[in-house]
This record gives sequence, structure tokens and C-alpha cells, in this order.
Amino acid sequence: MRSIINYLKDIFLGVRSLLKGMKVTSKYFWSPKSIVTEKYPENRKTLVMLERSKGEVIMPHNDKNEHHCTGCGICQINCPNGSIEVISKIIDTEDGKKKKIIDKYIYKLGQCTFCGLCVKTCPSNALAFSTKFEHAVFNKAHLIKVLNKPGSQLMKGVEQ
Amino acid sequence: MLTSFGIINYLSAQSGPWWKVFYDFTSLTKNIDASLHNTMSPFWTTVTELVIVGVLFILFYAVIGLFLVYAERKVCAFIQNRLGPNRIGPYGIFQTVADLIKLLFKELIPIKNADHFLFNLAPYIVIIVNFMVLAAIPYALGVHAIDLNIGIFYVIAVSSMSVIGVLLAGWSSNSKYSLLGAMRSGAQIVSYELSVGLALATVVVLAGSMQLSVIVEGQRTGWFIFKGHIPAVIAFVIYIIAGTAETNRGPFDLAEAESELTAGYHTEYSGIKFAFFYLAEFINMFIVASIAATIFFGGWMPLHFGANNGFNRIMDFIPPVIWFFGKTFFLIWIIMLFKWTFPRLRIDQLLTLEWKYLLPINIVNLLVMAFIVLMGWHF
Repeated sequence: MRSIINYLKDIFLGVRSLLKGMKVTSKYFWSPKSIVTEKYPENRKTLVMLERSKGEVIMPHNDKNEHHCTGCGICQINCPNGSIEVISKIIDTEDGKKKKIIDKYIYKLGQCTFCGLCVKTCPSNALAFSTKFEHAVFNKAHLIKVLNKPGSQLMKGVEQ
Repeated sequence: MLTSFGIINYLSAQSGPWWKVFYDFTSLTKNIDASLHNTMSPFWTTVTELVIVGVLFILFYAVIGLFLVYAERKVCAFIQNRLGPNRIGPYGIFQTVADLIKLLFKELIPIKNADHFLFNLAPYIVIIVNFMVLAAIPYALGVHAIDLNIGIFYVIAVSSMSVIGVLLAGWSSNSKYSLLGAMRSGAQIVSYELSVGLALATVVVLAGSMQLSVIVEGQRTGWFIFKGHIPAVIAFVIYIIAGTAETNRGPFDLAEAESELTAGYHTEYSGIKFAFFYLAEFINMFIVASIAATIFFGGWMPLHFGANNGFNRIMDFIPPVIWFFGKTFFLIWIIMLFKWTFPRLRIDQLLTLEWKYLLPINIVNLLVMAFIVLMGWHF
């Protein structure tokens, strides 16, 4: 007798869980507000990308045209396929010492895998991701970008 | 030309407004038949009528197939909170046509050591079986191609022949994965046919006849799912589950699970032959839904409660064709919901479900229904 009761209980609980599942999916079916597809390119003007989405690596500069990059080259070491090239130069400082600063920061957008290791491992937080994603160009040379702006220099106070 | 002559004859001789034809097609078909008889010998009349019905069914098959493929993608997309095809044509309605053109362009790869005759024959078997079943279903009052007195028995018997197509496809592909998929699919179809047959037998007990037009007529005072209360509801649930399992659809699609057996029995098929299998699966789903709509929900019969009251007259206002397709598409929606809600069943879970749960419940249900009909405890 026990086994018959267990059998019927199995069936009843099974059918109830199936109906619960079907209720959820039919609720999603009947609510067009729950659709998350963005109709690109029709919505280009109002498109807001999520702030964590990875579009491109940039080096943020503040109003005085200063950045945080010390030219250490840790991002170049950590990049898995060599999309970063840090070119640094030695200059003389005011107190006569020789200091290495960044000359050109070359970022090859065409090769980048968007893994984010450069942003994560930078000790001075010099790099960040921007949400710009429309990168198609007709000339491959335009995909090799120099990230530090001309005339910019290292912000005071960022440690060496 | 001759049928249009019959249609003009009918239109000029009718006594009511033109839209009355949608409520009763028999006068239109009788007129076409009479005009054909007047102009040709009986043999050629029969041939012409067969050709006309054949062409209509081929068109119906193609249109329903295209519509169902599009509907499946849209239903699936809405359930998953996305849009589905929306670029080709307004709201993406021409997506299936584009897919069909792509499939037509594909190369038909012949297999080296395969049995060529059986390999090419297999898709046609499933298509022919589908046509044979589609002919027996009553679509509206007067639109019933073959009204056999063993209607339901014929439907079950003929739809069992699709197993041959599946097994042939798997065997003649000369590939072990296809063969395994075909074996699994064959076992599944054959097991679930038992449940389908017994669920239909339950309704035959309630209706008293296997002829589909008699079954639909018998629901003039109420649909069978209301008349035979508890056993009819249980039979309906069992029929829907066993029906989706029999068409290799929904959570029972192990035989063609893309990530597990490449594509099962139709792995080696490309282009238009694959399109035949794909289309046959959707038309099978339409057949299961339309048989369920006919025997449980009254086919083309509007919703009636009791006899001769105002409610019935309001319900009669909607043409029977719309009733039939409305019910069928509602059941198709439910079958699609099954596929996109539930996870896939393993082969042993599938067979356990059939032999240990569905079949015993079915047999007990049949006994209960027979008892209820004998005691007269139905509406």
C-alpha cells in the first residue's frame, strides 16, 4: 500500500513542478516588456552601453592632460598576444637624476583579445576600458593606436 | 477553369450573403462536383477532383510548414526574452522562405558505401505518411477529404509507418552515430504509440464510434473534455505527452539532440532532404495537435454547453474553420512551451516514463472511462 501511495505522490509532485515551470515560461511569453534585445543600428542615438562592457582600452587623462602611466611595462609583459608595446625614454630631472618616462604607448586594437589583464595588473591604474565598440575601419593602420596624448605627462604623486 | 465555373454557378445560385460559405462548405463542394460531372465522364471527374485535392493539400502542407517553422522561432524567442527573426520582411515573416532558398542551394553529398535507394527513399516515406494522415482530419463542416468509418484507427495505423522512414534513414547512412540515433528514436516512437493508441481508445469508448465526423458531431452539446470529466482530462494529458514524444520533439528529442549524437538519424542528409525531415517533424506536430483538438476539444465544433440556447448561438457566430485552427494553434503553442521549458530526458528516463507511469495510468483510465460510460455518469 505504501508503494502505491509513494507512486501517486511522485506523479502528483512531478506534475505540479512541471506546471510551475510552464507558468514561468508563459509569463515571459506574454510580457513583451521583458524582451532585452536591442535593435541596433536603429537605436544608435539612444544606446547606453553598460559601464562594465569592454569596448576598447584607453589611458584616461585628466583636465591638465596628465595620465598615470609610469612606463613600467607590466601590461606589456602580461598581455597574452603582444598587443601592447611600451616605448620609454630616459630624461634628466630637476635634481640631476635620470628618470625613465613613457614616450609612446602603442596599443594594437586589431590584435587585442579584450581579456582585461593589462587593466587589472597595472600598478598605477593607468588603463581603463571604454564602452566605444564601433571600430570598423578601411585601413588596417588605423587600428594601431597610441594611447598617451601628445604633450601629456605623468601626474605628480603617482609612485615610480 | 471548370472549378471556377462551379464557383460562379454557386455564387449566382446562393440564397444568403457570400460569407455563408465559410460556415458550411458542403454546398460549394457539391456544386463543383456537379459542374464537373456535367462536363466530363465519371472517370475523368474523379481524376480531376483527385488532382485538385492533391494540389490543395500540397499547398496547405507547404504553407503550414513555413508558418510553423517561423512560429517556433518566434515562440522560442519570446519565451527566452528576445526577439527572434525580425529583419527579413516585416516582423521577419519571410525568414523561412530565405532558409528554404538556402537549403535548396546546398550540395547533396552522396555517401560512398551507403545504400543509395534506401537513403533517398527515407525522407519521402515520412512525407507520404504525413500526407496520408492529413487527409483524414476534418478541417471544417464539409471540408473532410477522406471520411472513413475507422477514422481514428486509420490515423494511428498510418502514423506508425513513420518509424520505417526513421530507421531507414539511420541504417542507410552507413554511420554508427546515425544508426544509434535511429535505434533510440525507433524505440521511443514505438513505445509511445501504445500510450497514444490507448488514450485515443478512451475517447472512442466515450464517443461510441471511430469515425471522425461522428466524433465531431457528437460534441455538438459539449466538448468531450467536459463531457467525460476526469478520465477525459487524464486521457488528454497522456495524449499530449505521448504525442510530443512520438514526434521526437520537446523534452524527448534525444535522438536528434545536437550536442549528443551530432544530429541523430538525419546527420548525413543535407539540403532539401534535410528540409523534408525537418518539415515532416513540424507537420507531425500539427497532426498531433489537430487530432487532439478534434477528439478532445470538438474539432470545428464551436464551444457549446447543452443544446439550443443563446450562448450556443453566440458561439456559432465564429466560423468553424477559425475554431479548428484556433484550437490547433493553441495546442501547438502548448507543445512548443513543453520544448522550451523542460530539460531533455535521458533515454532510460524516457522509457521509464512510458512503461512505468503512462501505460499503467492509461489502462486504469480506460477501465474507468468504460465504467463511466456503462453507468451513464457522463454529461
